[in-house]
Parts: sequence; structure tokens; C-alpha cells
Amino acid sequence: MSSQLDPQTREDLVNPKDRSFTQRLATAADWRSAILIPFLAVLSALIIGLVIIILTGSSFAEAMNAYLALLQGSVGSLRAISETLTAATPLILAGLSVALAFRAGLFNIGGEGQALIGGMFAVWVGFSITGLPFFIHLPLAIIAGIVGGAIWGFIPGILKAKTGAHEVITTIMLNYIALRLVDFLLKTSIFQREGRNDPVSKNIEVSAEYPTLLTGIDSAMRVHAGLFVALGAAFLIYWLLFRTTIGFEFRAVGANPSAARYAGISVTKVYILVMLIAGALAGTAGAGQVLGVLGRTTPGFTADLGFDGIAVALLGRSNPWGVVAAAILFGGLRAGGQQMQVSANVGIDLISVIQALIILFVAAPALISAIYRLKTPVASAQISKGWGS
Amino acid sequence: MSDNSAAYEKAPIESYEGTEKKSNVLSKSKIRRAKILGIIMLLLSAVVMFVLAPASQGIATFGLSFPDDKFQLDALAIPSTAALYVLAMVLAFLGGTQFLKGFQRKSTLILGISFVVFVISIMIWATAGQEFSLISMLVSTIARTTPIALGALSGILCERSGVVNIGIEGMLLGGAFTGVVMGSLLGGWVGLIAATITGGVLALLLAFLAINYRVDQIIIGVVINLLVLGLTSFLTSQILVERPEWNDAPIFPAIKIPVLGDIPIIGPMFFDQTVIVYAMFGLVALTTFLLFRTRWGLRTRSVGENPKAADSLGISVSKTRYLAVIYGGMVGGFAGAWFTLGTVGRFDEGMTGGAGFIGLAAMIFGGWNPIGALGAALIFGFSDSLSQKLALINTSIPTEFLAMTPYLVTIVVVAGLVGRARPPAADGQPFEKQ
Repeated sequence: MSSQLDPQTREDLVNPKDRSFTQRLATAADWRSAILIPFLAVLSALIIGLVIIILTGSSFAEAMNAYLALLQGSVGSLRAISETLTAATPLILAGLSVALAFRAGLFNIGGEGQALIGGMFAVWVGFSITGLPFFIHLPLAIIAGIVGGAIWGFIPGILKAKTGAHEVITTIMLNYIALRLVDFLLKTSIFQREGRNDPVSKNIEVSAEYPTLLTGIDSAMRVHAGLFVALGAAFLIYWLLFRTTIGFEFRAVGANPSAARYAGISVTKVYILVMLIAGALAGTAGAGQVLGVLGRTTPGFTADLGFDGIAVALLGRSNPWGVVAAAILFGGLRAGGQQMQVSANVGIDLISVIQALIILFVAAPALISAIYRLKTPVASAQISKGWGS
Repeated sequence: MSDNSAAYEKAPIESYEGTEKKSNVLSKSKIRRAKILGIIMLLLSAVVMFVLAPASQGIATFGLSFPDDKFQLDALAIPSTAALYVLAMVLAFLGGTQFLKGFQRKSTLILGISFVVFVISIMIWATAGQEFSLISMLVSTIARTTPIALGALSGILCERSGVVNIGIEGMLLGGAFTGVVMGSLLGGWVGLIAATITGGVLALLLAFLAINYRVDQIIIGVVINLLVLGLTSFLTSQILVERPEWNDAPIFPAIKIPVLGDIPIIGPMFFDQTVIVYAMFGLVALTTFLLFRTRWGLRTRSVGENPKAADSLGISVSKTRYLAVIYGGMVGGFAGAWFTLGTVGRFDEGMTGGAGFIGLAAMIFGGWNPIGALGAALIFGFSDSLSQKLALINTSIPTEFLAMTPYLVTIVVVAGLVGRARPPAADGQPFEKQ
């Protein structure tokens, strides 16, 4: 995805007299699409957000005040940074889930459902087993989340591989099925908390909780060890994609399934495996929310994690480290949005608007090039190829 | 990206088989499919026979008329246990025949009939010993079908021209929002027009990015959904909360058509509804006519199937796509008005609750055909309405599973287990003029 330059662009960049600069210049072009475009996309989205605040009846000063609160709430204090990282943790995992699938030419809109199922698996292990030390109980709960998500990712994977059913449709449908399933499960005696009529699960045991990292400084710091799991996953996915044969096969299938097939790669295997891992990543994200922040599950407890993952993956241009950076940015927007809502009285839903605009601009770099009159046009990201079912 | 990859996706299994082997393989898989369908039916029969029938007792009463209807029908009283055993036998017979001999071409129809029988069994089981107003469930089925069918119609118009539209949900939500605001300020009819325009504007965004900038159409759809959800929620919390009078629109009343409206069952279902419901039936008919009986429709479909050929015949691909997408968006925005102006008269955050995605499913289920999509929407509307009404009477049935069925059915359909639907050939592929 990161180096989709048309030949003309490449020729413009490379000085024919100086072949030794080729590599460096190609990197420079990559820099343009990896950093400049996302930066301008975020900037443009923030400017439009500002206009929206002003149009809804605030003065320019009030609007700037709201953005100041946004900044303070995201990086203004140690506690704000803790909140940013707390929000970024599941976004890293959800973003990796979407990014990995993108690399193999699949569009995983099902992160939401996978995270829900993963979270339900994790909460079940979290509350049903008692008396275990945390170094056994916590990993068990995380593995349960991974398994749950992987199951929910496996279904669209095998359907795609064996029947050609388009993963966009199946994952959207599985999201809704997961939502209803969670609604149902939370009313069963297995999950529902004793003495409650509303759908809320039992609380997990303390031994299944992610340890918090900074409560020693301030008890309100929520950032938890799940952050390391997320960063570890980013490293693992980077390693898998770019340092292993399987990862090469993933990318080969993503670039051109027919060519990959002729090269002897089993496309069926790749589709199943990619969706399995993508599901596992989203499941870990859902489990992380349960084990690190919520401690229980409620209907729709993932709060659009899967859709935020799409935004993160696009902004990070499907590169694991790009995803980490994008997730921290979006985590900051989320955390700052809370502050903005409280102290400047600007609704947090504005963050969703800004996020949607960021995806729009990142997906349509030609728009950014046109607005800012960049000289080199960048090709639009093409991930899906129609339904093809 | 390349034509090869698209071709690959269309024939994931067959592409590697030798051509002379193909017919043999296909007939084998057909036999396997017949066996699978037979087993499914036998399983349904077993559920009715061993789970539902023993657990039910008493008489299930189904109301067929509203108290103030002109012609009253007696409530249908069914002895539940006996009826369930009979239905189980019917299912067992159909399943057994399917498994042993197979119904060949009719097997999909037979499977459909089996599902209908199974749903009837569930309804009898759930209402055993109680009273259930069948007529109010059927009336609300038609009402709930309306936004789904219109959403599907919106998708069909876009996709028949070759532009994937998964932003239907956003168009519905946008239409619902502007519909209620303009409806509150200037009256219901203005609200309806505003909703329609909103859908058209969102579709313009889709068309502009998809056609002019060749941006991935699925991403644009996701963006439209997120953008509209965020924007309407933001505006609701910033403005509508402070000005409740902007969120209080008149609701279109049900208009009873003389004579026809008095027919038992059919009258209240089809001839005593709001303008939006009537418009839905009208739009389905109109769009079918336009798509399949006019020059415009032929051009639109040709652009969706083979834009290169259409272009070489002098048809402007981008203009045709713009028209179809904007028409589709306007239908989507109009459908959104149903949520506010057609039912409650006020807007709540995210109130469309996935109806756009069910519309998308109905589009696929209906094979990208307005009439087929209406049929699919009726099934989805029925399961939605049934799960709502069954939740009202105290039954042990988990209505969540009924609410899940549209999504499960869709997965089964796209997986090709029940009649494969074929999308327009150039669906989702940007066109670049040579």
C-alpha cells in the first residue's frame, strides 16, 4: 500500500544522471505518502472540525478553547498521557487486525464482532475460574480472548476461501450476529450478574486483571499492561509480514491472488490464516478492554472498536508501526475529546467526525494533493475489488 | 487492481479444475448440496418434534382482526401440541424426500417452504396457551419492510451502475436527521424533501470520490457511515438537546384507502399505511420499470456490466454512474425519513440501528433486482417484527435468535448455499477512459 506510485511519479523523482540516488529518492517518495499525506489529512480534518464547532454556534475563541482542551486532555499532563495510552491500547490491536487483512487483500470490517466475542470469552474465563495466581489466570483469559476472536475471524475466512463469499458482507453480518449473541448471553445465568435484571456480566476476578502501570503515582492512572501486549503484537505482525515466508505469501496474495496461485501459494490457506490471525488480534483488543478497563461486559461494550480499527489501519497505511502511531493519535483524540466535552462543552461525537474525515483524506490522497497543490499525485488506496461473490 | 484478480474471485473453486472434469465435479457437489439441504430439513423436523412439541400445551390463539375493523374475523385457535406434531411430520417428509431423491431445481423452493413451516411451528410453540395478535404483527411487518426495501433499492441503483454503496446506513441516518429538523420547522412534506436531498448530497460525495478520484468505494461507504453517525450525534447533542422544538416533527398519518382498506388482513396490511409505505411500493415498481424497460435503464446496466463496451458505444460512463448513484442516494435519504416522519417524529442518535446494512443484505439476497429485494426485505421485516412482538408476550424464546436470522440468511446466501446471486460484473471497479 505504501509505495503505490505510478511509473510517471517515479520517473519524475529519479534523476537519470544519478542512479545512486534512486533508492534514497524512492524512500523520499515513500516518506511523502507515509508521513506528509497523513499529516495533512489530520490537519485538514481538524480544520473542518473547527468550522463545524463554529457553525454550531460557538465563537472562534470558544472553538480554539475546545481544541486547547483537546490538546490538554491528550498530552497536557501525565494523567492525560495515561488516558491517551489507555485508549490507544485496543486501537493498536484493532488496527493491526484490519491492517494485516489489508495486506492480504482482505477488508476485515468484522473487528467489532471479533472483539465482542473475544471479550465475552475473556470475561467468562475471568469470572468463572477462581483461586488461580494472576500469572496463570491473566494469560488464560487473554488466550480465551484470542481464541474467541479467532473463531469469529475464521468463519468469514473459510467462507471466502471455500465459497468466495465476500468478506465485507460476511463480516458486517457477523458483527450484528455477535451483537445479538452478546445481548442474549448477558441475560443467561452463566453470564448475568446475580441480582441484576439488566444485561451486565459478572465482574472478573482480580487475578485476571491486567496490572496497572502507574497507579503508584496516581490511582486514577488507568494505563495497563495490555499496552505491552499490543506493542508486542505490533512487533510480531511486523516480523510475520516482513521476515517470514508466510508473511511473504500474505503480501503476495494481497498484491495479486492469481499470480500468487501460479507461484504455488495456497490462496485458500492464506485467506483462512489471515482472517484467523486478524480475528485473534481483534479478539485480543476486546479482551484487553474487559481485562484492563471495564472488568465486565455490557451490550456493545466494544464501542465501535472495529470501525476505529479501520481508521487506524488506513492512517497507518497498513504498516504495523504506522498503526501504532495512528492508534496513539486516535487514542489522544479520544482522551482529549472527553476533556473537550467536559471543559469546553463540545460533544465528543465531533471526534468521530474528525476520524471519518481523516479516513476520507487518507483514502483519497488526490484530494489532499489538490487542496495543498502538492506536485506529485499519489494513487488512491484500492483495497477491495467489488463484491466478486 | 487487475482484471485477473477479479476473475479469480468469481471462480475460486472451479478455476483449477480441468474442463472435462467440471460437469462431473459439479454434479457431485450438487448431490452433496441436496444431501446437506435434506439434513437441514430433517434437523428442523427433529427440533419441532422433540423440542417444541413436547414443551407446548394448550391452545395458541392468533388474532386476525383489529377490534375496530369493519369485517371481523374470528381468532384462529390452534391446538398447539397436535399441530406441532403434524408440522414436524410435514418437515420430516420434505426432508426425507430431499435427502433420498432430491427435488432438483425445486429444492431451494422446498427449503424455503420448510423454513416457513418451521417459523409457523415456532410461532405456535411460543404462543401456546396465550393470545398473539397476528394482524398487528403483519401490519408492522410491512412498516418495518419499508426502510429495508428502500435501502436495498438505493443499493441496487448504485450497484447496477457499477458503484458499490455500503453507505446506505449513513444515507438513512442523514435523511432521518434532516427530515426531522426540517419537518419540525416547516412541516412533514418539506422534511421529506429535505431527507431526499440529504441522501442525494451524500450520494454526490460517493459519486465524486468514486468516479473522479477512483477512491476505494467500500472505504467511501465506511466514511459516509461514520461521518453521518458522528455528525448527526454531534448536532443532536449540541443543538437538538437545547432546542427540543427542532426535534418534534409531525408524523405522517396512516391513510386508509376506501373499500380496499376494509378487506380483512390484506386491508390493514397494504391499504392502511403512511405515504412513505405507499411510496416504497411505488418506487420499487418505478425503478423496476426504469431499469428494465427504458433506454436509461439499459445504459445504466451496461455501464455496470461492461463499462468499456458501453464507452465504445458512446455512452458516458461517468455521467450515467453519477445519475444512478444520485438517484440511489435520494431513495436512501427518503427511506431515512421513515424513521422519524414515518414513526416517532423525533431523532435519536444512531436510530437507524443497522437497517441500511440489512438493506444491503436484502439487495444481495434479492439478486440486485428491485422485486427480489422487496421479497427479501419482507422476510427481514417479518423476522424483525416477529421478534419484537414475541418479546411482548411472555415466552421462553430468546428473541435475539430471531433477530439474528436476517444476518444468518444473508451469509448463507452469499456463500452460495441457497441460489447464488450474481452482482453486476463491473461492481466496485473504477472506470478509466482510455
